Amino acid sequence: MQASILLPRCIAGPLAQGLAALTLVVLVSGGFAAAADGAAARNERLRQRLADGVLRWGGDAEGGAPFQLRDPKDPGRVIGFEVELADALADVLSHKLGIPIVAEFVQYEWSTLGLGLLESRDFDCIISGFEITPKRREEMRFIRPYYIYAEQLVVRADDERIHGLDDCLDKSVGTLNGTAADRTLEERGVRHIVRFDGQVEPYLDLEAGRLDAVLLDTPIVLYYASVNPKLKNAGPPFGRGEYGIALRPDDEDLAEALDDALVELVRNGRLLSILRRWHLWNADQVALALSPDRETQLRGLGFDADGRPRPEAELPPVDPVDIHVIADSARSWTFPQYAPLLLKAACMTVFLTLCSMAVAVVIALPVCLARLYGPPPVPWLALAYVEFFRGIPLLLLLFVLYFGFSSFGLQMPAVATAIVGFGLNYAAYEAEVYRSAILSVPVGQWDAGRALGMTEATTFRRIILPQALQTALGPMTNDFVALFKDTSLVSVIAVPELTKEYLILSRSSLKFLELGLLTAVLYLCMSVPLGYLSRYLEHRFKSAR
Amino acid sequence: MMAQTESEPLISVTGLVKRYGDRRVLDSVSLSIGQRETVALIGPSGSGKSTLLRCINGLTAWEGGEIRVGPHRLQAAGTPGPNGAPSRQVRRLLGMVFQDFQLFPHLSAADNVGEAPRQVLGLDRAAARSRAAELLERVGMASYAASYPYQLSGGQKQRVAIARALAMQPQGLLCDEITSALDPELKHEVLSVLEDLKRDGMTLVLVTHEMGFARRAADRVVVLAEGRVIEEGPPRQVLDAPRSDRTRQFLSRVLS
Repeated sequence: MQASILLPRCIAGPLAQGLAALTLVVLVSGGFAAAADGAAARNERLRQRLADGVLRWGGDAEGGAPFQLRDPKDPGRVIGFEVELADALADVLSHKLGIPIVAEFVQYEWSTLGLGLLESRDFDCIISGFEITPKRREEMRFIRPYYIYAEQLVVRADDERIHGLDDCLDKSVGTLNGTAADRTLEERGVRHIVRFDGQVEPYLDLEAGRLDAVLLDTPIVLYYASVNPKLKNAGPPFGRGEYGIALRPDDEDLAEALDDALVELVRNGRLLSILRRWHLWNADQVALALSPDRETQLRGLGFDADGRPRPEAELPPVDPVDIHVIADSARSWTFPQYAPLLLKAACMTVFLTLCSMAVAVVIALPVCLARLYGPPPVPWLALAYVEFFRGIPLLLLLFVLYFGFSSFGLQMPAVATAIVGFGLNYAAYEAEVYRSAILSVPVGQWDAGRALGMTEATTFRRIILPQALQTALGPMTNDFVALFKDTSLVSVIAVPELTKEYLILSRSSLKFLELGLLTAVLYLCMSVPLGYLSRYLEHRFKSAR
Repeated sequence: MMAQTESEPLISVTGLVKRYGDRRVLDSVSLSIGQRETVALIGPSGSGKSTLLRCINGLTAWEGGEIRVGPHRLQAAGTPGPNGAPSRQVRRLLGMVFQDFQLFPHLSAADNVGEAPRQVLGLDRAAARSRAAELLERVGMASYAASYPYQLSGGQKQRVAIARALAMQPQGLLCDEITSALDPELKHEVLSVLEDLKRDGMTLVLVTHEMGFARRAADRVVVLAEGRVIEEGPPRQVLDAPRSDRTRQFLSRVLS
């Protein structure tokens, strides 16, 4: 722009002025060319980076409205203002790079999003009500924020004692574990902080009188508290903070491109539309407008040049989301709609259990044999295996296998990791089951086998092992039942199984009881038949003795 | 099968010493058992009878002396040279029947009998089946071929156990108090099987408390006490006119 204005002047003007201007032109145009070259090269790298046409973003649909939740019309779909934001970003990126790019939501556990991004690299960025904090900034690359939230204290509608956080110092206050609100409560010295993993439970406890107040982010308050006539806000919102999109520090090209794309959405008013559609737009959002072209951004964000919100009437119309979307889901979701989703998740649970048990049963035999019959120090090593895998929590094992090993470049898919983790852990238990079963076979059976001229190995294989397996089948079936329930742990490494699906669906609809009963029935369908099988086998073999 | 004459003993035990800790369970026992001979080993409990039997087919290790069975030689623990392979050779010559049967509970009567021929001798399924059928017939258990051990009475179990030992076509049987766990009316069926075997020329070494049977069927009675052979000879002599006080004491207690 500037270069083309300067050019005619330098031809018309005096020589000295002309020379100076010429120098400037050369410098400026040279600089522009370099910048253009840089952008072109970056875009080329990005085209290769995003060659599969997918921008993967990690979030947790358990987070619910308005972030990510299941669609009231179709519980199999994820909607939310962050879904719309991710789609819009992908659109801009696609347009800029000239290749088709779609945003893909990766269901994750909120508490392990950071590990999923940095260690196992399961997605490109986090968009999940993820607050920008100094500590997170040290590890991740945040682009500019896309929303300014505040903390809002909520109390029971009939509560006249609490008007702000200062009235709560000796009261029980609920919040979400690990959030900015949690840190606020700690810094303010609130005595009894009750930390939850879901945003619904604190309000349920508040309603039930188990809590005196709940401190959470304003978007959550909007969808879970303000729609509940039994609750009210106590005092104005305070403690503003920013939700940001986090990337890996080594992913600078994508970070810059997403930052550019977000600026674009700010300028062209698309972010405003999304926020207004979800009832999230307010005066605080003025802080999203940053220099250099702050004025354009202010306009795009629905503010006048002085940063005052423009009247709603002047803003383009939007198609607002029903603020009672959660109640809507509760009303409109019917059994035929959500049952298949739970059933599908139950299939994953069954699959995980079967595969893990198969792995465990196979690994357990050599471990057990090494422990019983190996020459030293083999039995000691086998015992170490048993003690180690039996002694460490499964959760820890899954974490280390999935996030720990991936930092050494040893990456396994989440499902495979889960199967290996459970397999190793349960093998320790099964090895002990085998061991006691083998030892329970009378020594006389060994004598009988040997007295017939069989070798030790043949005696073991043909005489001892078949009897031991009969003894072991009962306890093994019991472990099998336990494993069905233990598989619910794998949601920490983002394997979509039954319990997680239940949590997601119930937080999008508050149908805790109804969905819970169905989920329980599904678990019982898996475990009760196994229980019968266990008792049948036990009875059969007992009578055979 | 073996190039052996009748006069050569099938089993010869020389200076056998077995200790459990400080206790000498077998204190320099020497004993020789000929082909086709039936020997009854008697004596007070704890005298080492069962241990001697277990040493003979290599189920238990010992500290001194040696055992010859046919051409095979078993040596004390710690003696250079393997005992595993010779033990298995010895077990091919001598079957063993236990007081508590030790049938394989997961196998039918026929499979109990046929398992070792299949696994050790390499017989195919059909051959093992027919051998099992033949032997079960011989012990009067033909109609129980498909039964599992838990479906059989004690006497029936013991007869299957004998058939199982015979399936390896041994020259002798070591019987360790095989009627002790049986009711009196069931003992008879097992003892009559033993008498049949004796008639067919099987060498029998019986640890027993059945003095009546010993008197009737044994060629020789050996009395063990405190790990020593204190007396041996024909049943009439040992049982009716014992030379040793210790034997007399024992017999008076058993026979009263």
